[in-house]
Amino acid sequence: MSATDRPTRRSFLLSSVAVGALGLSLGQRAAAAEDNAIRPFRVNVPEEQLADLRRRIAAARWPDRETVDDRSQGIQLAKLQEIVGYWGTEYDWRKGEAKLNALPQFMIEIDGLEIHFIHVRSRHPNALPLIMTHGWPGSVFELLKTIGPLTDPVSHGGSPMDAFDLVLPSMPGYGFSGKPKGRGWNPDRIARAWAELMQRLGYKRYVAQGGDWGAPISSAMARQAPAGLLGIHINLPATVPPDVAASLAVGGPAPAELSEKERAAFSSLDIFYKKYRAYAAMMGTRPQVIGYALTDSPVGLAAWMYDYNNGEPERLLTKDEMLDDVTLYWVTNSATSSARLYWETSGQSVLLSAAQKTAEISLPVAITVFPEEVYRAPETWARRAYRNLIYFNEVDKGGHFAAWEEPELFSVELRAAFRSLR
Amino acid sequence: MGTTQADEIRPFAVHVPEEALVDLRRRIAATRWPERENVNDFSQGVQLAKLQPLVRYWGTDYDWRKAEAKFNALPQFITEIDGLDIQFIHVRSKHANAMPLIMTHGWPGSPLELLKVIGPLTDPTAHGGRAEDAFHLVLPTYPGYGFSGKPQDTTWGPDRVARAWDKLMQRLDYTSYVSQGGDWGAIISEVMAVQAPAGLMGIHINMPGTVPASVLRLIRNRDPAPESFSDVEKAAFARLDYFYRKGFGYAEMMNTRPQTLGYSLADSPVGMLAFFYDKFTEWTHSGGEPERVLTRDEILDDVTLYWLTNTGTSSSRSYWDAAQGGGGPFNAFDIPKVPVAVTIFPGEIYRAPRSWGEQCFHKLTYWNEVDKGGHFAAWEQPELFSAELRAAFRPLRQSL
Repeated sequence: MSATDRPTRRSFLLSSVAVGALGLSLGQRAAAAEDNAIRPFRVNVPEEQLADLRRRIAAARWPDRETVDDRSQGIQLAKLQEIVGYWGTEYDWRKGEAKLNALPQFMIEIDGLEIHFIHVRSRHPNALPLIMTHGWPGSVFELLKTIGPLTDPVSHGGSPMDAFDLVLPSMPGYGFSGKPKGRGWNPDRIARAWAELMQRLGYKRYVAQGGDWGAPISSAMARQAPAGLLGIHINLPATVPPDVAASLAVGGPAPAELSEKERAAFSSLDIFYKKYRAYAAMMGTRPQVIGYALTDSPVGLAAWMYDYNNGEPERLLTKDEMLDDVTLYWVTNSATSSARLYWETSGQSVLLSAAQKTAEISLPVAITVFPEEVYRAPETWARRAYRNLIYFNEVDKGGHFAAWEEPELFSVELRAAFRSLR
Repeated sequence: MGTTQADEIRPFAVHVPEEALVDLRRRIAATRWPERENVNDFSQGVQLAKLQPLVRYWGTDYDWRKAEAKFNALPQFITEIDGLDIQFIHVRSKHANAMPLIMTHGWPGSPLELLKVIGPLTDPTAHGGRAEDAFHLVLPTYPGYGFSGKPQDTTWGPDRVARAWDKLMQRLDYTSYVSQGGDWGAIISEVMAVQAPAGLMGIHINMPGTVPASVLRLIRNRDPAPESFSDVEKAAFARLDYFYRKGFGYAEMMNTRPQTLGYSLADSPVGMLAFFYDKFTEWTHSGGEPERVLTRDEILDDVTLYWLTNTGTSSSRSYWDAAQGGGGPFNAFDIPKVPVAVTIFPGEIYRAPRSWGEQCFHKLTYWNEVDKGGHFAAWEQPELFSAELRAAFRPLRQSL
C-alpha cells in the first residue's frame, strides 16, 4: 500500500506541554513521546497494485446499458466505459502521487488512530492557521488547488494579510489515514481529534473550514469550542429548519409561507431526497455490504463515486482529477471504511440544523453558498440556524466540490470570510 | 420473415457454457476483500467471517450443474408476451380437476425459491394431501430476471407484468385460475386482483400490502406509533420502522440508481453475493442464520443464477420501473372485488395485522398466521406453505 520512503528531515516531536498535561511518569513520557511523533510521510503505491488494478479494469464484466436516454437510472454505460477505458490504459496514478508528494505530508497518532495530513505553512509571519476537511467521495485531492492561493496569496492576486497556514487532514477511514477498528469515530470525535492536531502543531489560534463531511466536522468543532478555535467557514451548511425537514421526510409539499429562495431550496432538497440520496442510505445502514462490491470491483467503485449527486463532474474537473480521487480510494482499499462514516451518523442528516445542533454553536460562522451545491442555503435559514453568522455570501459558480472546481473563487471567499477574525 | 409465431411456446432447457463457470471461479479466487466490520454484530451488514467461508465454498466445491439439473428436470418453456421472452416452468397435475395456479417469485429470489412446493402442490396425494387439493402450476420468471428477457425500455412495471401473466394463463388455455406470491409475487398478484381479468378467481399472498398511508407518513417522519394502536399493530409498526430506517437502502438504491449499483453487481460475484445474502440473513426466519432454513447450495444456486444471466442490473431496474408509479412494497392495495387470501409467516419483514388487511381487501376470504417461515416462505417451509395454499384456495374451488 503506502510506504514512507525517503523521509524528509521535518520530523519533530510533540511539545512536552501536551504530554505533561497527561500527567505521565518520566518513563511513560518517553514512550508517549515516541507515539506522539509527527512523522513525515510519502505516498508510494507498489507497482504491483497498479498492475492489478489495470488487470481488473480490463477484465470488467459489464451490465447491459440503461433503458433510458438520460442519467435517471444512474451513470450511463457509454459514459462509464469511456472513463474506465481511459483509467485502465492512459491514466497515470504516478502523477496523482507526485501531486501529493510535492507537499509536506505527515502522519500522527491521535486518539489511537493514525492520521495523515498535509501541512503547508505560509511564508507570511501572521498567517492564520486553517484546518480544512474534505468530504466523501472526495479526499485531500479536492483541496490541493487552494493551497497556493491560501498560503501564498501574493502570487495569486491577494495580499500578505490574507495568508493562511494550512492543515489538510485525511478523515479516519479515508485515504492514508488509519481505519477505525471500533465504532465511535463520528464527526464529534473527529472534531476533537482535529483540535488536538492543531494543538500538537502548536497553533494557539486557528480557524476551520469544510464542505460535505468537512462541514459537520467544522461545525462540531465550533460547537465544542476548543481553546484556540476562532471560527469556521462552511460551504455545505446545515440550515434546513425542522418544519421544512418534516415536509421533506414525508415527501410532502413545501410549507406555505416560504419565500422564493426558500422554495427553490426546498425543491432542490426534495429532488435530492427522492432521487439522489440512496447512496447515503446504503452506506448509512450497510457499509460492509456495499463495501464488498466496491472493494472488489474498480468499475463498481468508479460508478459509485462518479454518480454522486447525479453530477456531470467532467464539466468542472478533469478526468485525471476524478480518477486520482477514485484511485486513491482503490489503492488504500478504503471504500468500506469511508462508508462507515455514514453508518456512524446514520439518520443524522448533515443538512438539517436540528440534527447538527447548530443552535449550540456560539462561535463565529461564515458561509459561502455555491450555486450548484445540493441545495442553495437561503440566508434566512442560515441566520436562524447559526446565531453568530458573521459572513454570508452567494457566489455565481461552483458546486459541491467548490475548492476543487473553483479554487480561486473559493480562496477569495475564505479570505473575505475570515478577515474579521484575524 | 421468421418461422415462429409470436405466441409460440418453445421448450427450454438451461445449459450454461463451462467457460462462464470457469470465469466465475476465477473471479471468486481473485476477490479483493475489505477489512472486517468494526462491530461485533450484523449491524453494518454481512460480517466478513461469515461471508468468506461461503465464498470459498462457492469458488471450489459448489456445483452449478446440480442446480441446472433441478431446472432441467422440470418442463420449462419460453414464450414471447408483449414483445418480451418470458421463461416459465409449467407442471400439470395428474388430477383432472386441479386448479391452475400462477406463482411469482421475488427479489432476490427466482423460480428456484418455488421448486420445493411443486411436488406438494401438483401431487398432493404423495405429500399428505388429497386429490381435490391439486394444482396445475405455472412459475414464470419476472422480466429482467433469470432466463426471461431483459426489458429494453421502462414500461415493464407491475401493471404490465400482471397483464402479461394473465395473457400467459390464457395462452396456456387456463380460463379460470388463481395467482400467488410473496415479495414481487405479492405485488403482481395484488395488481392482477385490482385489474381483475375475467379468469382470475382469487389470489393468495404472503407479503400483503396492507399498510395505510397514514402509518407510512408517521414512519417516514420518525413519529411513534399512535397509542390507539393494538399490540399487533404496534408490533407491525415497529418492524416497518426498523425496515425503513435500517433495511431499506438496497431498495432505495435500486429504486433510484439501478445502473450505478448494477456495475458492481455485474463485475463482482462477491459484491453480488453480499448484497443478496444480506437479505437472506434478515428476511429468513432463522435468527440471522439463513443456513438453518436454506442450504448453502440453495442460496448459491439462486445467486449463481443471477450471476450467470448477468441480471443484477436488469433485476434492479424492476424496482426503478415500479418506482416510477410511486408506492412502496407494503403500501395498502385496495382490492374491491377479487377474493384475497393471506398467510402471515412470522419471519416476514413485517407481520401484517388483520385489522389493516380488512381495510383494503374487501373480499378477504382467508387469513392465517403460522408459526414458522419467513419472507421466502415457499423455500423455507414448503410443506407448511403448501398446506396454507390448499386451505386458502379450497373455498374458491367450491365456488367453481
